[in-house]
Amino acid sequence: MKRLVSLVLVLALTAAVLLSGCAKKQEQKVVNVYNWGENIDESIFKIFEKQTGIKVNYTTYESNEQLYAVLKMGGTNYDVIIPSDYMISRLIEEGMLEKLDFNNIPNFDNIDERYKNLEYDPANEYSVPYTWGVVGLIYNTSMIDDEITSWGALFDPKYSGQILQFDNSRDAMATALFHLGYSVNTTDEAELNEAYELLVQQKTILQGYVMDQIYDKLEGGEAAIGPYYAGDALLMMENNPDLAFVVPEEGTNLFVDAMCIPKGAVNKENAELFINFMCDTDIALKNMAVTCYATPVRTAYEALDEETRSNEIMFPKDDVLNRCQIYKNLPQETLNLYDQLWVKLKS
Amino acid sequence: MRRRYIAAIPHVVWMAVFVVVPLILVVFYAFTSATGGLTLENFRNMGSYMSVFARSLWLAFLATIICLLIGYPLSYVLSKEGPGMQRIFIMLIMLPMWINFLLRTYAWMSILENTGLINRLLTSLGIFDLINRIFNTNITYIPMINTQGAVVLGMVYNYLPFMVLPIYSVIVKIDSSLIEAAQDLGAGSMTVFKRIIFPLSLPGVLSGITMVFVPAVSTFIISKLLGGGTSILLGDLIEMQFLGNAYNPHLGSAISLIMMIIIMICMFVMNRFGEGEEQAVIM
Repeated sequence: MKRLVSLVLVLALTAAVLLSGCAKKQEQKVVNVYNWGENIDESIFKIFEKQTGIKVNYTTYESNEQLYAVLKMGGTNYDVIIPSDYMISRLIEEGMLEKLDFNNIPNFDNIDERYKNLEYDPANEYSVPYTWGVVGLIYNTSMIDDEITSWGALFDPKYSGQILQFDNSRDAMATALFHLGYSVNTTDEAELNEAYELLVQQKTILQGYVMDQIYDKLEGGEAAIGPYYAGDALLMMENNPDLAFVVPEEGTNLFVDAMCIPKGAVNKENAELFINFMCDTDIALKNMAVTCYATPVRTAYEALDEETRSNEIMFPKDDVLNRCQIYKNLPQETLNLYDQLWVKLKS
Repeated sequence: MRRRYIAAIPHVVWMAVFVVVPLILVVFYAFTSATGGLTLENFRNMGSYMSVFARSLWLAFLATIICLLIGYPLSYVLSKEGPGMQRIFIMLIMLPMWINFLLRTYAWMSILENTGLINRLLTSLGIFDLINRIFNTNITYIPMINTQGAVVLGMVYNYLPFMVLPIYSVIVKIDSSLIEAAQDLGAGSMTVFKRIIFPLSLPGVLSGITMVFVPAVSTFIISKLLGGGTSILLGDLIEMQFLGNAYNPHLGSAISLIMMIIIMICMFVMNRFGEGEEQAVIM
């Protein structure tokens, strides 16, 4: 008898929870945001919810390629995604993005003209820039005495077992292409194969392929050197002052991550509200304090104090920017070659 | 009779929707290309992944053997304990499974790292100083992380309960009158184990092996976290085709299909071997 009673109670409770869940869903407006890991101040979601009554469902991915695979597989319902430049142009080419209604994004005016109409979205119909930055080498000055100036350090047997490498094909290949002096947008098979050979050699002296695990490994002194994005580098340097960031002399990748709406998004208007919200001066400032990524919101940049503005890691000087290359989307054959080489490298 | 069928319907529907249909999809994807036509292209390059297949099978084999070597004695000893003790031990074996798989593996990462728990402990105990003085070496840590050993360790740690539980549940149910009869007929404890207990526990051993070997072959996060991602396993290779850098579900399906066939062959051979053994000894 007792059992029966408790069973009924449990069932009733479950039903209640399920029903209330359904009821809530009908009235609760949501926006599903899919972003890079460690790339937002999650406390601003509450502000957004208070302002608009829209709840933010937030999930993260590790790389542009992973984002692409998830979208391509379908069955997802993301409303806002934040891919990088080259991935945006690929998504546009393959018809996977919605055009934005800029009437709903008045804060677009806050964006610095320099970050509008960039090559990946020439007419600026699909994207609103979110952050920008450069890739560089992060190294532990207590473990490496030399001053690091070149990508060559990643391939130097002197640091065997202490080196980390990107766990995504585009960024990893780029480190080798930069070192060899080739364009990161090369479609030349011989050049790509040469870069691949360099990565194969590197594998013998590598500690591992990582993405966000690099935080633990570099902060804890487990590894001495690895390439990563400027904003993340600043976060790591806050936790371990021995770490240093350098933009190698061969040049590096300048990236712009921008907010887009994938094709078929259910809550498109909410998504536009969210994008608009992210371009608000105060929100951009607040977000930047946590992510350490440079903001393309001009009004926010102007509101920064002199010290932050002169931070050369966050806002590199022109001599660095002149050495930078922006990734372009590659033709399908080259993408296939990337995939093949990457699988071969890892297996 | 009809009633029994009705009781089976939920399971049959479940299997049809979540096992049979996905399997058909895997086969379909494996034999088609991105443009939609039938093709064998996906299988043509399978040879270049042989090293991944070999590595995965070998590491899973090692992990299974180690699980068996640890798990069998444990189950055996456990079955001889009082019921209270048994409950506590089963609880302890199950306990780690309450924690998220990913988290457990991540924890091993920080235990095994060069600056991890074990190496720091050895350093603070002065073990390395001692060794360096005696052998005139200059070591500051034992390399453990990012090795195949670490991957096997991760597999053993995560899958050991799947070996212990089936073996334990079989041994515990062995009719004690069989053992008494053997003892009455003059069998020593070794003989009792060899002729009675071990053969009767074989079904548990076989399902334990299956339950460890199969997930170990296809695991993908263990090698990424503990192996450093430099020597990937089948699971990583397949994951890469679906969620990673090389988006190609057709190739991923083809690899999955080959993996499934290899596992099926392994299981078939083992079961045949197991059956023969069991009958021979009992008869």
